[in-house]
Amino acid sequence: MRPTSRSFSSRRAGLRAWLLLLPMLVWLAAFVVVPMGILLVYSFCQRDDLGRVVFVFSWENYARVFDPTYLAIFGRSVAYAAVTTVICVAAGYPVGYYIARRSEKRRNQLLLLVMIPFWTSFLVRTYAWITILKNDGLLNGMLQYTKLISAPLDIMYTPAAVIIGLVYAYLPFMILPIYSSAEKLDNALVEAAYDLGAGPVRSFAEVIVPLTWPGIAAGMLLVFVPAIGMFAITDLMGGARVPMIGNVIQNQFFQARNWPFGAALGVVFTLLFAVSYALLQRRRVWEEE
Amino acid sequence: MANAPTSSRFFARITALKLLNAFLGAWTLAVFAFLYVPIAVLVVYSFNESRLNIIWQGFTTRWYTELLHNAPLLTALKNSLLIAVFTTFFAIVLGTAGAWLLYRYQFRATRLIHALVSIPMIMPEIIIGISLLIFFTTVSLSLGFTTVVISHVTFCFPFVLVAVQARLQGLDPSLEEAALDLGATPFQAFWRIIVPNLRPAIVSGGLMAFTLSMDELIVTFFTTSAKSATLPIRVFGMAKIGLNPMLNALSAVLILATIASMLFSGNLKKLVMKSA
Repeated sequence: MRPTSRSFSSRRAGLRAWLLLLPMLVWLAAFVVVPMGILLVYSFCQRDDLGRVVFVFSWENYARVFDPTYLAIFGRSVAYAAVTTVICVAAGYPVGYYIARRSEKRRNQLLLLVMIPFWTSFLVRTYAWITILKNDGLLNGMLQYTKLISAPLDIMYTPAAVIIGLVYAYLPFMILPIYSSAEKLDNALVEAAYDLGAGPVRSFAEVIVPLTWPGIAAGMLLVFVPAIGMFAITDLMGGARVPMIGNVIQNQFFQARNWPFGAALGVVFTLLFAVSYALLQRRRVWEEE
Repeated sequence: MANAPTSSRFFARITALKLLNAFLGAWTLAVFAFLYVPIAVLVVYSFNESRLNIIWQGFTTRWYTELLHNAPLLTALKNSLLIAVFTTFFAIVLGTAGAWLLYRYQFRATRLIHALVSIPMIMPEIIIGISLLIFFTTVSLSLGFTTVVISHVTFCFPFVLVAVQARLQGLDPSLEEAALDLGATPFQAFWRIIVPNLRPAIVSGGLMAFTLSMDELIVTFFTTSAKSATLPIRVFGMAKIGLNPMLNALSAVLILATIASMLFSGNLKKLVMKSA
């Protein structure tokens, strides 16, 4: 069909290659680029009394985003996501490291045990904690049965419950990338650090952590970014008492019906995401060099 | 310490390493307990007679029977499966073709295209959700099956693309050259030589797309209608109301399905690998 196809030096995409790639490009343009563009346009619009969008452009929505109420919610979302990330690193690092140091057979078994919760719906796993932490749940039942407490503890709908839910949902996402970079860690380098007189603390801080940093950074990306915007876990574990940015955005689209303001919140959140992504990514690339 | 005999320092180090290892092992065990105890509690209490979760009042399979007769949940399951099947199909077609073309040809904007492909993978789901909701409203596409499938394909196909691309890196380029030398058209070479070699990656990418679609809540939340509500949407609604033993039963079934599909996909990959 194509006589020139025998010469492989030229792999430049011709018209046909572009045409074949067109469906994917159209898909990305129509359902990723254009929607983001419309989101940006909406964020400068207003709404009328019926919740319809009025295309009168102003910075008003953004001024409102920087209102102390919403700034506080943004701050809280970032803080909760950060606490979740720190707990996940602290709890997950030793696990990833330990698994990477096992024999291959053992390693695969342990990995499977991490993968099962990883692939189990986070809704199911969040619901599991509701059954435990509720006022009439298992934990309070056991504590009261053993007479450790007389009245049930209010754990559900507190910040602690939200953090437990977030950590539980995202922990496997931290363990797996840490494992994969710890697995590549050359043990001889750790031995060398010991031989040169570094104690366990120093060799951990100055050899092991820098060498496994790509895994930690990847885990942070997988935990921190989704945790900021997660509204389902905060809804279920925090009730309306601990709203996070995801809950506020969701609320603007369904209850308050102020889509332009919701869009503005979304745009600011996207910028926040882009900045934290770029920072972690740069750090990761820099460490890998 | 510096003056201590080398051998005792050596043994001190061995003990320290042993201690460290024991500590790491205990820590790992504790984390696994944290991961698995809630799931185990959930499954155990799905067999509890009592409607209130704490008191054990005897073994029953009643909640499973009720689950089988719960029309809204069954409809939601049907919706989820249907959406996941369509999503997987489109994700495989778009992802495999995209991976091959980007690997085989040099496009002028390859880097830009790659960046575009990775956006739906890394973007927070809520942003994908609201931007698609606004988009569908702007083009007056009413929310339902179509919009959910479109949204799911959008964030699923890049995962197939990445999986296939990883496999392509390890593929011998002379395979295609040989096929073309023997007179195959580029399309025949792709369909009869390349695709069979990519099968393991296509299968694992497809399974990933299927699972992601089945579990998705956030994007679906913004792009679905009541009629096309998926299983996660219904479960979210029920969990918000409060404890319900039927949810325990459903969770147990879903956990079992997850484990089964993981074992299945492990074996499936081996089977595909053998037949390829």
